Amino acid sequence: MSKYATNRPIWMERPTVLGRVLKSLILVAMVVAVVFPFLVVISTSISSPESISRAGGLVVIPTDVSFDAYAEILLGGVVSRAVLISVGVTIVGTLLSLTCTIFAAYGLSRRGSFGHGPLLTIALVTLFFAPGIIPSYLTVKSLGLLDSYWALILPTAINAFNLVLLRNFFLGIPSELLDAARIDGAGDLAILRRVILPLSKAITTVIAMFYGVAYWNSFFSALLYMTSESKWPLQLILRVFVLEGQQIGVSGEAPPPQQALQMAIVVIAIIPILVVFPFVQRHFTKGVITGAIKG
Amino acid sequence: MHKPNLAKLRQKRPSQGGQDVEPHAQTERGNPSPRVKMTSRRPKHRQNAWQRSKRDRVLLLMVLPGMLLFVVFHYLPLLGNVIAFQDYVPFIGIRNSPFVGLSNFQTLFTDPAFWNAVRNTLVITALNLLLFFPVPIAIALLLDSLYHDRLKGFIRSAIFLPHFISWVVIVALFQQILGGAGVINQFFLQQGWDTVQIIGNESLFKLLLVAQVTWKDAGWASIILTAALASIDGSLYESATVDGAGYWKRLWHISLPGLRPVIILLLILRLGDALSVGFEQVLLQRSSVGPAAGEVLDTYIYYFGVQNGNWSVAAAAGLFKGIVALSLVLAANKLAHKLGEDGVYTKK
Repeated sequence: MSKYATNRPIWMERPTVLGRVLKSLILVAMVVAVVFPFLVVISTSISSPESISRAGGLVVIPTDVSFDAYAEILLGGVVSRAVLISVGVTIVGTLLSLTCTIFAAYGLSRRGSFGHGPLLTIALVTLFFAPGIIPSYLTVKSLGLLDSYWALILPTAINAFNLVLLRNFFLGIPSELLDAARIDGAGDLAILRRVILPLSKAITTVIAMFYGVAYWNSFFSALLYMTSESKWPLQLILRVFVLEGQQIGVSGEAPPPQQALQMAIVVIAIIPILVVFPFVQRHFTKGVITGAIKG
Repeated sequence: MHKPNLAKLRQKRPSQGGQDVEPHAQTERGNPSPRVKMTSRRPKHRQNAWQRSKRDRVLLLMVLPGMLLFVVFHYLPLLGNVIAFQDYVPFIGIRNSPFVGLSNFQTLFTDPAFWNAVRNTLVITALNLLLFFPVPIAIALLLDSLYHDRLKGFIRSAIFLPHFISWVVIVALFQQILGGAGVINQFFLQQGWDTVQIIGNESLFKLLLVAQVTWKDAGWASIILTAALASIDGSLYESATVDGAGYWKRLWHISLPGLRPVIILLLILRLGDALSVGFEQVLLQRSSVGPAAGEVLDTYIYYFGVQNGNWSVAAAAGLFKGIVALSLVLAANKLAHKLGEDGVYTKK
């Protein structure tokens, strides 16, 4: 075997040269299509004014690096405030969502417990019938949550899909383990904390990321519920400055070009995801799939 | 990661008894007596509801916050749909607004803008089915034909990533690449070629939406198909090869039939979303092409209802959408049962 040893089963015919070339081309195209836009955005955000104007607006490969755009944006002002709001909503929201989902999933993971069937149905029905924009808005309004940060959290705080995913995983944990813990005198809280959760790290991480990403990325709920611009999260600010092209207020005698500022906001909106993603992605296939297929 | 833990716990049980769990257990709330309660799970005589709810009170308490959220933010708004049958005036509220029967639906169904939105929505759904839906299947088959694990892992994580990027960012990325001042047009200008207008072009708008969806979700959608492919028994391929079947024959007679249940499941789920094509995605870009080409049902509801204050008619549109979506899912599911597939849920 060469150094390109693979797990190709022995019955599989050797790939033809043409097949290999075609396959490689497709794979390279796929990866480039994903990576290239990120490259352009990051390069432009760290380029100096001269190289941006030389390139005509967008830079693919940065020549001279400058972090002025980030300094400008993060040292106070509209964008920094929006970042703080988004970070706060994401952290509080994810913690709340995860807590509610874990408790609910455990509470629904014992067949034959009181109200098990009806309660599960209450959760499942929400998957098939969305309440609609107008009634949701009126509900949030009548609860007095308009323009409150809770409006960005509570309406989407629990997601039936995540709940079912976690519950299915809990159901798959051998009941002997739970019985053993119960014989040892553990109550439900202790079982959840000492037996179930340590066994569910992968899936819990994945679900935490689902919730976190949803809060960080959500833009419509803020558009709908947040009436004062001073409470807008990052995604809305991004829309105003990048998509609608509103000028970003800058100070100093040699401010970074708008192009770099815009791309810096985009990068700030992506960074948390780029940071978290590598740690979580190896759990995707394990955690998500086992749950999804059984469900 | 699971295996060692499981093994450890299994070994512990017979040898050590409860020595290391008991002290903690007694300090736990909601567990006043550390007695063994195994019997209570399978009662010899049927307990009444009160006894059972008392027995399961800890579980019920755990479920409570989640259920409260469902009730307040899913079921309460469902009731709020009554304003579709009212002449709702925000100032006097739902309780005092007069009922007007089906007249809101009448207004809705005679509004050409509504039908324009429905038409756009259906066209986008059809394009999605035609152009986007096969892509994850192709990706899964392609990845399945790679036998270099690290390469496979790298490509997989690269194409998962866009799923987690927000629509605002994706629209911005597409503008930077394809827009009037984007990378591609800059390159064309430098070569002395004509520029192409892709963003803001009415006739290309729907294809642009599909391209964005493909960029964002094709990789992610392949995850479940990859899993289904992996669960196909390898000996099927082996014996087929022995019988002289080549790659394409095996693909057609083994891989695709193996994917059938998952594909049907995904189709049913897509059908349920037929009337809700990427709301945030379209909302962000509607202004670039105007409502004639860029209005979909959800943006119609938003602009007509929230922006222009036609609460009742917009709620009627939302209710119409919800009911159609639900019936589509139920019908498709019934069809799947008839075809001998599991579908989204199974009758028990």
